Amino acid sequence: MRSVRVSRVYAAFKRSAGAQLRHPQSAVGTLAVAFFLVLALFGAQLAPHPNPNDQSHAARLPPTLDIGALHLGEHPFGTDRLGRDVYSRVILGAGSIFRIAGLGTLISVLAGSALGLFMGYQGGWIDEVIGRVIDALLAIPALLLALVLVGIVRNLDFEAGSWQAALADNVILLVISLLYIPIVARVARSATLDIRTREFVEAAEVRGESKAYIIFREILPSVVPSLVVEASLRFSYAIFLVASLGFLGFGARPPSPDWGLMVNENRGGFYQLTPWALEFPALAIAVLVIAVNLMSDGIRRALQKGA
Amino acid sequence: MTAAPHLLDVEGLTISYQVKGRWLPAVRDFRLQLRRGQILGLVGESGSGKSTIALALLRYLSGNGRVEGGGTLRFAGDDLLRKSDAELRQIWAERIKFVPQNAGAALNPSIKIGAQVTEALRAASDIDRGEAQARMMRVFHDVRLVDPERVAQRYPHELSGGMQQRVTIALALICNPELLIMDEPTTGLDVTTEAAILDRLRNLIAEREAGVLYITHNLGVVAQLCQRVIVLYAGEIMEEATALDLFQRPKHPYTQGLISSVPQLGQSKRAAQLQAIAGNPPSLTRTPGGCVFADRCPAVIERCREQKPPLEKLGDGSLIRCFRWEETISMPPVPRPPQGRKGRKKPLPLNGGGVWGGGVESALLHAKNLSKLFPVARSLRELLARVEPAPIRAVDGVDLHVRAGQTLGLVGESGSGKTTLARLIIGLEERDGGSLELLGMDVRNSVRDRSQDVLSKIQMVFQNPQNSLNPYVTAGQAIRRPLIKLRGMAPAAAEAEALALLGRVNLRPEYAERYPDELSGGEKQRVAIARAFASDPDLIICDEPVSALDVSVQSAVLNLLAQLQDEGGAAYLFISHDLSVVGYLADRIAVMYLGQLAEVGDARQLFQPPYHPYTEALVSAIPIPDPRHSTERILLSDDLPSAQNLPSGCRFHTRCPRKIGEICEREEPPWRAGDGGHRIRCHIPLAELTTMQRRLTLADEA
Repeated sequence: MRSVRVSRVYAAFKRSAGAQLRHPQSAVGTLAVAFFLVLALFGAQLAPHPNPNDQSHAARLPPTLDIGALHLGEHPFGTDRLGRDVYSRVILGAGSIFRIAGLGTLISVLAGSALGLFMGYQGGWIDEVIGRVIDALLAIPALLLALVLVGIVRNLDFEAGSWQAALADNVILLVISLLYIPIVARVARSATLDIRTREFVEAAEVRGESKAYIIFREILPSVVPSLVVEASLRFSYAIFLVASLGFLGFGARPPSPDWGLMVNENRGGFYQLTPWALEFPALAIAVLVIAVNLMSDGIRRALQKGA
Repeated sequence: MTAAPHLLDVEGLTISYQVKGRWLPAVRDFRLQLRRGQILGLVGESGSGKSTIALALLRYLSGNGRVEGGGTLRFAGDDLLRKSDAELRQIWAERIKFVPQNAGAALNPSIKIGAQVTEALRAASDIDRGEAQARMMRVFHDVRLVDPERVAQRYPHELSGGMQQRVTIALALICNPELLIMDEPTTGLDVTTEAAILDRLRNLIAEREAGVLYITHNLGVVAQLCQRVIVLYAGEIMEEATALDLFQRPKHPYTQGLISSVPQLGQSKRAAQLQAIAGNPPSLTRTPGGCVFADRCPAVIERCREQKPPLEKLGDGSLIRCFRWEETISMPPVPRPPQGRKGRKKPLPLNGGGVWGGGVESALLHAKNLSKLFPVARSLRELLARVEPAPIRAVDGVDLHVRAGQTLGLVGESGSGKTTLARLIIGLEERDGGSLELLGMDVRNSVRDRSQDVLSKIQMVFQNPQNSLNPYVTAGQAIRRPLIKLRGMAPAAAEAEALALLGRVNLRPEYAERYPDELSGGEKQRVAIARAFASDPDLIICDEPVSALDVSVQSAVLNLLAQLQDEGGAAYLFISHDLSVVGYLADRIAVMYLGQLAEVGDARQLFQPPYHPYTEALVSAIPIPDPRHSTERILLSDDLPSAQNLPSGCRFHTRCPRKIGEICEREEPPWRAGDGGHRIRCHIPLAELTTMQRRLTLADEA
């Protein structure tokens, strides 16, 4: 029974994949995201210099990349003022951004969907109370809240190896989840409100099904398309947020090859010396965000039309 | 025939839609001729292409539709296909008007009615504001809008559906157009409102000498309104004839099937099954090479499948597309096999006696004094004044009983509370007062509090088959679930039983693997019926189960419901706004008005005097599919009063054509008992009602 339902949802995705490829923008977006995903997964193998802190090169070498001649050269993106290969650092940086943004999206979509489905189906005062809390959370600017939370956690002293310390290490991940759970919950709730008045839900109530059965077996499959669209949108925002936090110095700490951090480290006076050390990570952020947006546009087109 | 050109002259019109890159002809070789002052009916089931034709005639097809070359489309002698966009706009503004089905969506929600109507007029002709205002009032008066000044000051959402539809008709009539194209303008309305609008429309058209193309699926409306009728099936004309001819001597097997599949007033399941047309219409992507109706035709021969029959023009001007019409026309409509009621599982107590008739003690379900109030949110003014707004009394003290194995029909206009009553019984809505007993057991308020036993005994078939099946669950899974959940079957046993249930609703076993979007409307409803029957319930609540289905499919579903009742002895509470349908299936009927019952009686009694004046109006409003039949309609003027602000005394007194005086406004009427459990709630004694009211000729008496 389960497998049939899953295959039903999967068939919808297969159709959407076809529709995606027919649309040039979303095809380009999807391919670009796939490309970055390959960098994230196999960065260590692909980077010419797998150690991001390898300072053995001459400092401030300009890029050797020649797009016209399809030639990479020794240091395609040049080296920074400490003699690190920018090309390798950009490739190695893909991993952390995908890990944090991807996991954060996954956690917030799973938790937010469950919360939103419950609110939408339950209704009444419970829905009202949770709804107000969500409204209050959403009223605070996301970046501000993230900065405050990261600032607080970073200033606490935890015993090395304790669970609090593990939590503090992943504080960005937690912040992303916390910020996006209410947003996803709101989307899931409104999709649920639409489905719960359908007569098949009433038919399930009339045969005495439990709340959990109705929410997860009857309602969830019809809500999945909206959730997938929302997940892809959240992912693009999460990437942006991770890069922003990195740039502001609240994300990864030096010397990790974080794109936002690299932009931060090479701005100001250093920009005159090694503009490429800022431009290439900035370009990577921009391309990835645009690609994810194009992809999520395509997913929305494909899923919401047929839904 | 005169030399003057026809108002509308269409020949060889083929309309295609682009589906996945291919152009599929949705309407093939369509033709029509319409004179001024004539009402031409275009009848067809959903998907037959009637709305496509309407849009093509207006030259208003959507981007993925086009008129193929080779046809002609002449309006008052002019070739419409050659008109430029600017010329078309001029024609739309002044000469051709369209009345859509959904008036609520056709009116701009953010502009007041008056401004919308005068704007349309001023776009068409160069007149000043005052003159436009005056003409609007005249047209509003013509379409019988109550209180036209107030209506003009309102926004569309403040009007009822019937009033909105009157406004769209006024919008179409105000410029004195030469041609009116009306696409199902009364389909979403109550019979009472529909009767009032049709009555008005007939006179207005006669006065103005406009030509009208009236599109509908309702044969009763066609018979009552149109002079000529075109019958459309799967994009092709099957037959065209005068209305009189069409209903008396239908030539095409499809027309014959359509006419006999509508239950006639007074026709009952006890006497005979309904004539149903087997199968489903062909899909657009797989149009058969021969006759499009061949697959469902009872008179099909080899030739029909190989060759497409031509559209033949007969001496009397009628058209027919059938090889065998000369034979089929002389064939009496296929004799209805007398389907006696066969052996039942449970014996039926038919007559008991007593005021309640049939003995309450034998009732399967007994509802006493049921009521449901929907609270209304307080407005700011009410909050400050500390006033509690009156709640909406959707169901207000209803006593009802359903006998084992029988069908209780529940009728009333929309807003009468019949659906709320059904939801109280099934437990989807919690009652605010009264009690409910099933087989002597007390039934709890909400489904959540009900025992497995009670749940399995009351099940429900919903109105819209589109929504009642989960799109991610196959037919087989949908039927298996109640077997496992309510009858505690093991999965393997449930699997076998689900297939058996599919068989009982006449679906082949392979349907178990299909998802709802792979089923037609009728098939979905069969699956929903099988699911309701799965727990072997004693009572099934059917809330408008056939109203979303096409005529030819509707009769098959009604037959199925009657047959399943015969076999299993389940009782039905059958809700419908269609009195002929209720009359066919019900043993007893209850008429509901503004949350209360107005009349209860045997199905046969209900269609004869004495009736409650409300029932009388309902019965007289039914459009009878026979042009010779002209009942004197009892037209109800206003719309249903609000259930928040109920009329005093008798609730019907504001609209009652037989109101006797002040007593109706002051005192609640008493229940008056007639023969065999017939009860009417009215101040007029039954004997007096009988003498005032006319007898109807029912189908099986003629």
